[in-house]
Amino acid sequence: MDETEVTTRVAPAPYGKPTVIVDDVHIVYRIHGAGGAATSPVAGLRRMVTGSRAPTIREVYAVKGVSFVAHEGEAVGLIGSNGSGKSTLLRAIAGLLPPERGAVYTSGQPSLLGVNAALFNDLPGERNALLGCLAMGMGRAEARALVPGIIEYSGINERGDFASLPMRTYSSGMAARLRFAIASAKSHEVLLIDEALATGDAKFRKRSEERVKEMRDSAGTVFLVSHAIGSIRETCERTIWLESGVIRGDGPTDEIVREYEAFSKRR
Amino acid sequence: MADTAVTEPGSDLQLRQLAARHGLHVAGARPNLLAYTKQLWTYRHFITEYANAKVVVAFSTARLGQLWQILTPLANAGVYFLIFGVVLNTRHQVDNFIAYLCTGLFVFTFTSAVVQQGTSSIVANLGLIRALHFPRAVLPIAVMLTQFQNLVSSIIVLVGIVLITGEPITLQWLLLIPTLVLQSLFNAGLALAMARLGAKLTDLKQIIPFVMRTWMYGSGVLYSVQNFEAHLPGWANTIVTANPLLIYIELARHALMEDVPLASPVGQLWTLAVVWTVLIAVGGYIFFWRGEQEYGRG
Repeated sequence: MDETEVTTRVAPAPYGKPTVIVDDVHIVYRIHGAGGAATSPVAGLRRMVTGSRAPTIREVYAVKGVSFVAHEGEAVGLIGSNGSGKSTLLRAIAGLLPPERGAVYTSGQPSLLGVNAALFNDLPGERNALLGCLAMGMGRAEARALVPGIIEYSGINERGDFASLPMRTYSSGMAARLRFAIASAKSHEVLLIDEALATGDAKFRKRSEERVKEMRDSAGTVFLVSHAIGSIRETCERTIWLESGVIRGDGPTDEIVREYEAFSKRR
Repeated sequence: MADTAVTEPGSDLQLRQLAARHGLHVAGARPNLLAYTKQLWTYRHFITEYANAKVVVAFSTARLGQLWQILTPLANAGVYFLIFGVVLNTRHQVDNFIAYLCTGLFVFTFTSAVVQQGTSSIVANLGLIRALHFPRAVLPIAVMLTQFQNLVSSIIVLVGIVLITGEPITLQWLLLIPTLVLQSLFNAGLALAMARLGAKLTDLKQIIPFVMRTWMYGSGVLYSVQNFEAHLPGWANTIVTANPLLIYIELARHALMEDVPLASPVGQLWTLAVVWTVLIAVGGYIFFWRGEQEYGRG
């Protein structure tokens, strides 16, 4: 077997021990209330009598046999067209979606940072920051000490005292910035970011890219899902390209992105 | 290097060995019961902060704000007194009907609210569950603590009502504390069990109001418990007297009021209360823990 060729493609020498091992993972998930088919009361009654499965539950085969290894200090980009299974794969790595077959091995507890990470809309930003820290398992004193730094980093106070206003009054960009600031307040061994960087303005995007680099330098592993090829190029030196739940390419960002862009143009 | 096997068939074994060699563990595996309990304990600050946040959020858009915590039980007591005390006139069986009614109502509302919100505690927080890792039992337990805070303000109202209606302050009042502690543990277990059921059976939320209304009529909230013995056949009376909510309500009434009619002797009430509490609290906790990995699926 051509060991040399694969070794040069995946994870060159400077990386430390593996932090995430994805071993032939298949993910199927079920969706309730996926409309379309008969949802009338009569149809429901018929289902109860005949014992058939509700048509509103549909199965989606999202990831089909994916394997890779990620190491300490590595930033891995995940690209692919919409619905290719990127976000699903991230959830499986975070341990939130159990795989149908195969296994995901991780060191420590990966944390997933998504745009939908809902906090309390009716509570002020400060209180959300405190709750977020506690939810990541910090003690009360530690959390209290971190809150001012989080507010400062998120920059939500740049237009007045927004930290004491309920989050429902925030713009979507501000809310996303606060969420990112909260999630990155703790040092994670493995951080999974799902399009979160795309929501902020240019200034915040730059700041968050720096934070990702810092995290990587402190021997963390970062996964970044994004459609913004720019921020993948900026932050990741390795990229995995997923298409319909299968890996199409895994290697240095430049190479994979070039293939991906050629593929996207062809379609 | 072992990671050269990434694209090879039959790589399963090698990757698993690699994971074992570096001490990696399976993502999202369920910890054992003891480890889970320890984890839950480290998240205790999150539980209390979350519960407090829920209390604040509930009234944050109302102009009177936290005052509603007191006004809501008062208004409830007023409505039920109007219907059952004045219009239907069920008051003649009990000397101090207002205090009798309010005690039953507030104690019942505690469990009823916990069951209703507990059922949706996983479904309503899917965003949080999918974003952050914490023992999921945090959510139903926080529901219980939120409602406990509402109970405390209800009890303040209740003490006022009981005093105004002429009950003396006695040492027996202290029995209210163990009663409510037992009920809180019972409610926590119930919230945990309902949370797991509600996460799987999405129709449950629609059924709960009817179940709770039936339970309310079986708990002697609105009329004297003497009615059960007088009007129910023997077997039904046995079931009703073993009803945990009736037991907690009776104990609360016994603590606060003099000469109150009870469905069973006090000793039996305490024994049954402890048995129910242990059964539901432990059972609900274990039942919830067994489903721990599934909650992110939705």
